[in-house]
Amino acid sequence: MAEIKLACEVVKQVEDICEKHGNKPGELINILHECQGLHGYLPESMQRVIARKLGIPPAQVYGVVTFYSFFTMTPKGRHPISVCLGTACYVRGSEQILEEIKRVLGIEVGETTPDGKFSLDCLRCVGACGLAPVMMIGEKVYGRMEPKNIRKILEEVED
Amino acid sequence: MENINLTIDNHSVSVPKGTMVLEAAESIGISIPTLCHLDLKGTCMQNRPASCRLCVVEIQGRRNLAPACATRCTPDMVVRTNSMRVIRARKTIAELILSDHPNDCLTCPKCGECELQALITRLNITEMPFKGGELSQRKKELTPSITRNMDKCIFCRRCESVCNNVQTVGALGAVRRGFNTTIAPTFDKMVKDTNCTYCGQCVAACPTGALTERDYTDRLMDDLCDPDKVVIAQPAPAVRAALGEEFGMAPGTLVTGKLATALRELGFDYVFDTDFGADMTIMEEGAEIIDRLKRHLAGDTTVKLPIMTSCCPAWVNFYEHEYPDLLDYPSTSRSPQQMFGAIAKSYWAEKMGIPREKIVVVSIMPCLAKKYECERPELKHEGKPDVDYSISTRELARIIKRANIGFANLPDSDFDNPMGESTGASVIFGTTGGVLEAALRTVYEVFTGKTLPKVDFNEVRGLEGIREAVIDIDGFPLKVAIAHTLGNARKLMDLLRAGKLDYHVVEVMACPGGCIGGGGQPYHHGRIEVLQARQQALYREDANKPVRKSHENKDIQKLYAEYLGAPLSEKAEELLHTHYTDKSIK
Repeated sequence: MAEIKLACEVVKQVEDICEKHGNKPGELINILHECQGLHGYLPESMQRVIARKLGIPPAQVYGVVTFYSFFTMTPKGRHPISVCLGTACYVRGSEQILEEIKRVLGIEVGETTPDGKFSLDCLRCVGACGLAPVMMIGEKVYGRMEPKNIRKILEEVED
Repeated sequence: MENINLTIDNHSVSVPKGTMVLEAAESIGISIPTLCHLDLKGTCMQNRPASCRLCVVEIQGRRNLAPACATRCTPDMVVRTNSMRVIRARKTIAELILSDHPNDCLTCPKCGECELQALITRLNITEMPFKGGELSQRKKELTPSITRNMDKCIFCRRCESVCNNVQTVGALGAVRRGFNTTIAPTFDKMVKDTNCTYCGQCVAACPTGALTERDYTDRLMDDLCDPDKVVIAQPAPAVRAALGEEFGMAPGTLVTGKLATALRELGFDYVFDTDFGADMTIMEEGAEIIDRLKRHLAGDTTVKLPIMTSCCPAWVNFYEHEYPDLLDYPSTSRSPQQMFGAIAKSYWAEKMGIPREKIVVVSIMPCLAKKYECERPELKHEGKPDVDYSISTRELARIIKRANIGFANLPDSDFDNPMGESTGASVIFGTTGGVLEAALRTVYEVFTGKTLPKVDFNEVRGLEGIREAVIDIDGFPLKVAIAHTLGNARKLMDLLRAGKLDYHVVEVMACPGGCIGGGGQPYHHGRIEVLQARQQALYREDANKPVRKSHENKDIQKLYAEYLGAPLSEKAEELLHTHYTDKSIK
């Protein structure tokens, strides 16, 4: 029951976002951007609501969602991890950091752990090159990372 | 309209403002090669995304080559369509398209009809210098109606335009990007899990072998060779106006007599005619129209008006998916194909003393949705289909060729009796406006008890997307409308949902032009003249028929007298009517 109620709320939120943008098909990207902000991803049902509100086929919405790498249909973890692969971090070994996270969590980039705690993504530069290699968990920035510290850091993240 | 003067390949040309370079060149006989471009002029069927770039031309004063399909003519423009620079660029573009295209033309179902193949020949490309990367995420899928082989897709987006803009179904679209791009059903589902109506217009528009019909020719050959089976044929009206094209005849050549002979030569045990089914449809649908009108006139406010035709299976799929709240508006009459099948396997089978399970009913249709319709569970009798399967006009042509039948030189012959007898009314079922006109002929006479002063209803004919007319039924103004393509149908359905659709009878066909432009017809390659010629051919056939009203078909009268009783009788309801299901995707 709880889930259905939540879904109704989400539908309302999504509809409100569409309304705010005048239900204009031209606003699709902005609408998707905001809708993804609600729960961190764009499930099929959400895309169908958007399509209905804007009067466009769901195929069109799905096309845009899959075109831009920013949009995702996979639910984000409660603690999204982003590893910087920008130039400075890359030359200082962020790839090994990424590999270690993948190994410890058993997920690939773009995936979420089965318990929903962590999801893994890459980004290009958070503006903390002096601390390279850098990763973020949620809003918190971790600098001067070494593969051997990864497991400990992840274990210390509290739900 | 203001005219613009420009020069194309040293020829002066004057065109209305707004004309694209491509059309301006065409107007003076210069045909610039295109691939993604599609424009079935006069209908809404259009695709001009300027994505293939094969139509590039050189425009004096511009640094870059410009796509002719998307560049508007400007005053004193100087265009070169055949400079060395253009020809080289065009060749490279074509070679790049080939770089990730499978090199299996010899066994491709589209071989000989493929627009890419024709283009490569035209551009004199004899090598494939580029080798593309391995492509991922491309699916092959077999649906009851359509075969998808996305490896052969060249991203012209024609299917997407047709599905989204023309039909407004939106079952297909481009997903992902770069080398991972593919045209896929929404959310990468299987077609059967989408709201696809199987109208087949994506197949009609596809320039390559990426989208083709589900081929049942081998299955048919097997059945024809099986001595234990009684195989009976029922070709649809629109087939006789188009099949000749597959054998080099001009569009609009009527081949009714040759068609009957060819089916017999192929080994069909009985060669009947779907037109007989169409006459039955008019008997039933006409009775429904009269019933609803009478109740409406008697002041019954619960009567659902307008009554909508229900012979087009893609249209049926469309309203089951999109308008589940309005399912009691369409007529419950089955399509001619299904009425034919139901009667063949009951009345005719009993009459002939042939067990039902020995009979194989094969329809030859201009349509791909008919293949799906055969499989609908509610149209089966004890789990067995009334129509075993349907082949398209194109498939029939392939079988005729395979069987070494010299189609062009075949003598004419008639269809077998009793289910080969038909009227002019049933022939025009193959064109937009035809079902309504056929119904009007019967409704008028049955409703008023008078003879029609004039059989032709010219006011409902034509190729306009939505047409409306008021027909004088002996003093009663019957308001009718006709829509073809599902996008136009949607306009009417949205009005109906809003309570603003003020007609008594509405005819809908899913394909441009109706069945003459069906997804199973010989490819029109964007030429509207082809559809016009087919339409005229059907009206010619109608005019030449001795009997032109369904209720005057002697064998139909006999069928009702011997077996069904009257239209809408219990027996007729059981065999000739259906029900609809909410299939909307929640």
